[in-house]
Amino acid sequence: MNELRDSKESGELIQYIVIKIDDEQYGINIKFIDNIVRMQQITRVPKVDDYLKGVINIRGEIVPVMSVRMKMGLAEDEITGKSRIIILKTGEGDLVGIIVDQVNQVLTLDSNNIEKVRYDDKKSKSNASFVNGVGHYEGGLVSILDLDAVVAEKEVKEKGSSAG
Amino acid sequence: MDVSQYLSVFLDEAKEHLQSLNDNIMTLEQDPENEDCINEIFRSAHSMKGMAGTMGYTRMQNLTHDMEDVFSDVRGGKIKIKSADIDVLLQCLDAIQEYVDNITENQDEGTDEHQNIIKALADIRNGSGGDAGAPAAEAAPAADAASAADAPAAGADGTTDYRAIKLDPSVKSTLEEAVSQGKKIYGVTVHIQESCILKAARGFLVFKGLEEIGEIAVSDPSTQDIEDEKFEYSFSLVVITDESKEKVEEIVKSVSEVEGCECGEFDLNGAKSTEDKEETPAPAPAAEPAKAAPAPAPKASQAPAPAAAAGGAGGKKPVGKPVVNRTVRVDIEKLDVLMNLVSELIIAKNSLISAANTSGVSNSNVNEQIEYLESVTTNLHESVMKVRMVPIESVLQKFPRMIRDLNKTLGKKMELTMTGEETEMDRTVVDEIGDPLMHLIRNSADHGIESAEIRAQRGKPDVGQIFLHAFQDGNSVVIEVGDDGNGIDAEAVKNKAIEKGVVTPEQAALLTEKQCVELLFHPGFSTAKQVSEISGRGVGLDVVKSKVESLSGEVTVRTKLGEGSTWVIRLPLTLAIIQALMVIIGEEKYAIPLDSIQSIEDVTPSDLKLVENREVINLRGSVTPIIRLNEVLDTESTKSPDEDMVVVIARKGDQQVGLVIDELMGQQEIVIKPLGKYTAKCKFISGATILGDGEIALILDTNSII
Repeated sequence: MNELRDSKESGELIQYIVIKIDDEQYGINIKFIDNIVRMQQITRVPKVDDYLKGVINIRGEIVPVMSVRMKMGLAEDEITGKSRIIILKTGEGDLVGIIVDQVNQVLTLDSNNIEKVRYDDKKSKSNASFVNGVGHYEGGLVSILDLDAVVAEKEVKEKGSSAG
Repeated sequence: MDVSQYLSVFLDEAKEHLQSLNDNIMTLEQDPENEDCINEIFRSAHSMKGMAGTMGYTRMQNLTHDMEDVFSDVRGGKIKIKSADIDVLLQCLDAIQEYVDNITENQDEGTDEHQNIIKALADIRNGSGGDAGAPAAEAAPAADAASAADAPAAGADGTTDYRAIKLDPSVKSTLEEAVSQGKKIYGVTVHIQESCILKAARGFLVFKGLEEIGEIAVSDPSTQDIEDEKFEYSFSLVVITDESKEKVEEIVKSVSEVEGCECGEFDLNGAKSTEDKEETPAPAPAAEPAKAAPAPAPKASQAPAPAAAAGGAGGKKPVGKPVVNRTVRVDIEKLDVLMNLVSELIIAKNSLISAANTSGVSNSNVNEQIEYLESVTTNLHESVMKVRMVPIESVLQKFPRMIRDLNKTLGKKMELTMTGEETEMDRTVVDEIGDPLMHLIRNSADHGIESAEIRAQRGKPDVGQIFLHAFQDGNSVVIEVGDDGNGIDAEAVKNKAIEKGVVTPEQAALLTEKQCVELLFHPGFSTAKQVSEISGRGVGLDVVKSKVESLSGEVTVRTKLGEGSTWVIRLPLTLAIIQALMVIIGEEKYAIPLDSIQSIEDVTPSDLKLVENREVINLRGSVTPIIRLNEVLDTESTKSPDEDMVVVIARKGDQQVGLVIDELMGQQEIVIKPLGKYTAKCKFISGATILGDGEIALILDTNSII
């Protein structure tokens, strides 16, 4: 807590959950996270886009779950003991789950230490359209996930596939 | 006063009153003498006036006020409602509705004062003719009072009478102007008890009270003389007001120590009132226009004028107040919360049952308790459902008026009969079903009912019949809307469909008559040769269909050319909790709503036949197409092809199909949960439910599979 107060001048402090997808580390702003649950049985819904894995029951609510890997055009998820479903709150208040390979740590970043990714840069990298910033911390770099892009329907999928 | 918190109550009540006014005026049109109706209208108008006044909506207040006046006169037997007046009254309702709509939207009543309607209302009242004198009953006590107060002269010969008031030319012109503005002029003679000590104060109170509702044009003796107590036990005055005679009397009589008063419409032409009983020629002192009462009101508690005004003119005649309903207004959202909690409880109950079964704790005692819990939750669910149920009446009420208006705009003679208004449905369904029904009725009026000449040629009665029947049928509610009109010309529909590119001529050739008629539900289809004002505003039957289907219902049509057509809407009683058949397809569990299931059959593969490349079975004489659900749902069947199949026979309208499943699990009460925006795209799935073990089962929408 002291640390928080001391460093206030330098910029806004934001907490990120650092997750691993494929071999890369991504940060998700903690304020968008409703819950993190272990992998559970996902009820498949027929006739929907591939990346939508189905629905799960979160406290009596039906929550759709999507595969970020498939959205990014990576290989299908390999479900391990470390796999987690991160339940995100979208702008409209709906819940959406995304499957991640692993949840690593909670990271507090100074907003000054986050470099915005410009639109031009986005094009150059395959999965960059899901990233809207890069954070610097002692251990290295972490890409900040653009959650709107991750949970958006169709549109992003096309962007992703055209970029990849 | 901040009244915003009452706004929703105000709007709710205003709508109810408007509806009641609408109904009663419609009844009045049929039966102009109906006293109950007249009283009801008067009460509603009066209540609305009061409400609008309280909320500070003065224009609405004025309009309802004038309406109240009209009915006050009707009640008093002074005027009778003629059919031409009904139009004015309905216009008046529309205007009030407009105010209410404006207020709903932006809390402001708008600026339209509807002077023309106010004028028309005044005309209705003035149309009453010359019989404006006070009814005898009213005059009697006054007469008694007058004779009791046989005190001799003050100035002139004592007892004054309003009929004898002399008018200054200037006063007369003021009065004439007031009349032309639709105001009323009453003469009032007030008799004060002889025992009264402060006559001047009483007089002053009468003046003050009357000035609350109008303007006192002249008095006899003059205001000054009255204030100086220069009068005996009676005085007369002429008041210009919008209020009724009864109101004026009420105000005067509410002043204490007033023995009585005579009140009647003041005849401007100086002619003596026709039903004069005890004419006392009183050479009154020259009248002078009354000025506003100068002094502030004395603290005398007998000055109830404002209270009386607020309390309303009904005060004197409490005409059988409506029976007090023992009800509570509850926000629909609170009911939704309650409903959700009940749903959760049912899920928890289901979990408990499955937990008891799997963990092996089930002994007779546990089972007994679980059964008890089950019956309690079922009853609870039913009770909450009932609370949410409202009669469909609230939606149907506006239709008679609509047909009446359509009669005029379309120039056809039509009559609407409705039955089953008391049929109850879930509030959410009732709210949504209004527009589709309205569309169907308009459709019947516009396209169904033929013009008078054609009806005559066909030997039909000249008044076209449109009907709406609502009734409960098992777990659903059926609403039939139909007419005895032209019916649907399948050929015309087919040609139109080809023309519009909905089907190709080749496809059309293969269509059965029934299928042709179904084309009407195709988006963007309108058979009206001319786009009329009534239907064909781009809103087609497809909207009706999609609306009904979004409520998990279905719409079908029966028609016979030349004899009429009937649209049948079938809706589930409840949306949130249903009985369903749980089935297994592949490895997955699905729920099929029980309503749509007709029977379950065992079918051996050898019974399957191929017709036009589709698998069918012969089910008790009817050829039933077979749909393999595992194929529809992209999953692998766990059964080998030569095994017997379990086939669920599902119904949609009068079509039936067999749905092949792998295994039956049994019947269960399930709570429907929405699928959320990402996964809702699959049209075969109408929702999901959570099973006892927390697992999710999807609910099949058999209508879209068929």
